[in-house]
Amino acid sequence: MSRRNDMHERPVGRLAQTGLAFFFAFYFLALSALAPARAAQIQEVTSDSGVTAWLVEDYSVPIIAIRFILEGGTTQDPQGKEGLVNLMSGLFDEGAGDLDADAFQLALDDAGAEMGFSAGVDGMSGSMRMLAEKRDDAFALLKLAVTSPRFDQAPIDRIRAQIVAGIVASSRDPERAAEIAFSQALYGDHPYARRREGTAETLATVTADDLRTAHRRMFARERLHVGVVGAIDAETLKKHLDELFGSLPEKAELTPVPYIRPRLGQEVRIDYPLPQTSIQLAYPGVERKDPRFFAAYLMNHVLGGGTFTSRLFNEVREKRGLAYGIGSDLSNRRHSSALVMGTGTNSERAQETLSVIRDVVKRMAEEGPTEAELESAKRYLVGSYAINNLNSSGAIANTLVQLQVEELGIDYIDRRAGLINAVTRDEAAEAAKLLLSADPAVLILGPGSKNGD
Amino acid sequence: MIFSQFARRRIAGLAAGFVMLVVPAAAQGLGDISTFTLDNGLEVVVIPDRRAPVVTHMVWYKVGSADEVRGKSGIAHFLEHLMFKGTARHKAGEFSARIAEIGGNENAFTSYDYTAYFQQVAPEALPMVMDFESDRMRGLILTDEVVAPERDVILEERRSRIENSPGALLSEEIDATLYQNSPYGVPVIGWMHEIAKLDRNDAVTFYDRYYAPNNAVLVVAGDVDAAEVRALADTTYGKVERGPALPPRIRAQEPEQNTARTVTMTDPRVSVPSLQKSWVVPSYENAAKGEAEALDLLAEILGGGIRSRLYQELVVKSGIAASSGAYYRGRSLDDGAFGVYGSPRGEAKLEDIEKAVNAEIGKIASDGVTADELERARNRFLRSLVFARDSQSGMARIYGSTLTTGGDIAEIDAWPDRIKAVTAEQVKAAAARYLDSRRSVTGYLLPDGEDRT
Repeated sequence: MSRRNDMHERPVGRLAQTGLAFFFAFYFLALSALAPARAAQIQEVTSDSGVTAWLVEDYSVPIIAIRFILEGGTTQDPQGKEGLVNLMSGLFDEGAGDLDADAFQLALDDAGAEMGFSAGVDGMSGSMRMLAEKRDDAFALLKLAVTSPRFDQAPIDRIRAQIVAGIVASSRDPERAAEIAFSQALYGDHPYARRREGTAETLATVTADDLRTAHRRMFARERLHVGVVGAIDAETLKKHLDELFGSLPEKAELTPVPYIRPRLGQEVRIDYPLPQTSIQLAYPGVERKDPRFFAAYLMNHVLGGGTFTSRLFNEVREKRGLAYGIGSDLSNRRHSSALVMGTGTNSERAQETLSVIRDVVKRMAEEGPTEAELESAKRYLVGSYAINNLNSSGAIANTLVQLQVEELGIDYIDRRAGLINAVTRDEAAEAAKLLLSADPAVLILGPGSKNGD
Repeated sequence: MIFSQFARRRIAGLAAGFVMLVVPAAAQGLGDISTFTLDNGLEVVVIPDRRAPVVTHMVWYKVGSADEVRGKSGIAHFLEHLMFKGTARHKAGEFSARIAEIGGNENAFTSYDYTAYFQQVAPEALPMVMDFESDRMRGLILTDEVVAPERDVILEERRSRIENSPGALLSEEIDATLYQNSPYGVPVIGWMHEIAKLDRNDAVTFYDRYYAPNNAVLVVAGDVDAAEVRALADTTYGKVERGPALPPRIRAQEPEQNTARTVTMTDPRVSVPSLQKSWVVPSYENAAKGEAEALDLLAEILGGGIRSRLYQELVVKSGIAASSGAYYRGRSLDDGAFGVYGSPRGEAKLEDIEKAVNAEIGKIASDGVTADELERARNRFLRSLVFARDSQSGMARIYGSTLTTGGDIAEIDAWPDRIKAVTAEQVKAAAARYLDSRRSVTGYLLPDGEDRT
């Protein structure tokens, strides 16, 4: 009977992202439909000093979950110091205020709280899960971590060494190499092409002062989004919001990040003697605020979403047994969007798999989804919200933050089903033509995959 | 590290097969857990959680890969895939389509001792789900036309999970070395050459023998009450005929082990070496009173996170390791496993890690643990019980996995008290008795062309 030790996850453990995961580092795909759930009576709470949070009060279990995002993320890494923001995310429980690493971690354990920070490409997120009865102690420690991390040299050196060990450990991993090659091909010299965790060389240049400077520039109230769920009322939360974030500066000093369209119409082939060939395709995406977003979202669901029902699933896996995992997703980052597909297939049948995928895509681009497929997709996406987004306090808190990041409005929950149901078959077919007629970027990793084949 | 479960599609956050979090039956704010048995022998557990309009419905069969006939490895998992291929009443894919069009989630997974099928839906859909799931309990129809492509799918699944990963390949062979007689030495997904030969007849034989109400547990968690579930179960599962009585699940047991074994793998994809050391130890089902609980606390104190001895000594103080930890796999019918792992950083060698890990184990075996360490570890376990109540599907999994591995609800209820009762002397005794190098298996994962020093 062992416990899951999620709270002890180290940043070094997150380096090995493969497959589609890297597209979703922070801006996870479009939110699913919100159902009018009893659990989601969202209150907007603004503290005396002007810090705003969205709160879902719930006393069923005596715990409180808080999650927040400070916009910026690894795109804010200074040139030549790539990996700084990721390194910072590993240092928040390594000493803050008057407490050194040891004292801080013991105090956190005594407070019965689990704290985590993680660096995404577009933002730094933090979270804490606490027992309601130990709320004051837990919030006090979170405040220290957020406002006065120590960045002591010994923990910096240790966490940096762990991250470097992770970089070295994946340096001969062909999947990681392919991921790096594909993002460089797609994003060129844009920050999205850089390695989120940096390299041994860039990390070696990061000093405690660099970390303090980056912390001061990123940790500000202006681009902060907070979600809270659990056994706490609005008045009590206000006090804790002031305590946590009230002393942060008003304005962030972020380096502007340009918008980028991924470079499509290219093939990246990496020859490696693997038992399975990995195939990824990137097509144009659609912006979250584009009026055509939901048409594209529904179309993608028919194409490669869901669990066991999409066209790609049926053609590639169910009928032909070519792959175990196959799917497509809309990727919406703050400064770029794409529609991405991925699968892993028997190397000897990789060409067959790729041509099946391209046939499915071509037919979707030409004809769009059927009326029946569109109706099924609507029912799924309207109905699935509560299940996918409200199944735990942490999940709800996460949703509250994402709604704010994407500026969807506090009434979005009530509007969403209407937005989905309003999409016509013609609009979905139009979206298919818009996204899927393009010549995609293709990544093929496997035996005999050489550029120029 | 622990790789014992295979799902039709990867399920985020539900990875470890033996993980068990246990909670008091009547925690604050949520309804009481109740249980009853239908006339045909189906055990039913209802876990009310009315926070959101979502129900988790799971059927757990008391059969897993350890129940397979020798030479037919993988049939339990293959059948799990084939359970989606339709019945006389419903054609293949119909159940999945119905789930999808109401926005539900579904999946299935196989482990050594159990196979489970689950859906998450709105409460209104529960009658439909129970109708479909009870229909395929005895009504599955398999043809060669659906069996052949699905076998290709699981061969791809094996390539993607195992052959693609040197670490996964090594783990399989460590288990095959660790267990000298127990079927836990055979991978859940099956050996490649045996999967390739599985056919329709194998699947039907396995299905007919093991899939019946008197060999299953139904767990329903969420926005329902016991009376509703009882009424629905009577009209769905209640109509399924009881199967033949199955003999007790008596498998080949481990003989006395007398050797220290090593398993070494080199691979060009590896650049940083790592080791894991494993022992056969009792499980919650066959341990003497208090011993499994002591092993759980030993794993926590020795290597359960950043405050553990391994992490503090190897990663923080001496700085020789990039990672190090320990785990206990104790939720199984037969003997479980205890493991430690680590990998070097900087100039340190793998043998330095091995020496240091052994030294930490030796210190506990000879000097025991402190009262403070024990208290903190216990508190972390007890705290996790409160957090566990926050996850509806997590709760369902606790009950399902316990009841299909020889445990009962009384055991779940009593677990917190049994954890509280563990003494420092028992933890020391568990280390001294079980973590003996002379009967261990050490696995080394090395870069091509390197040895352990």
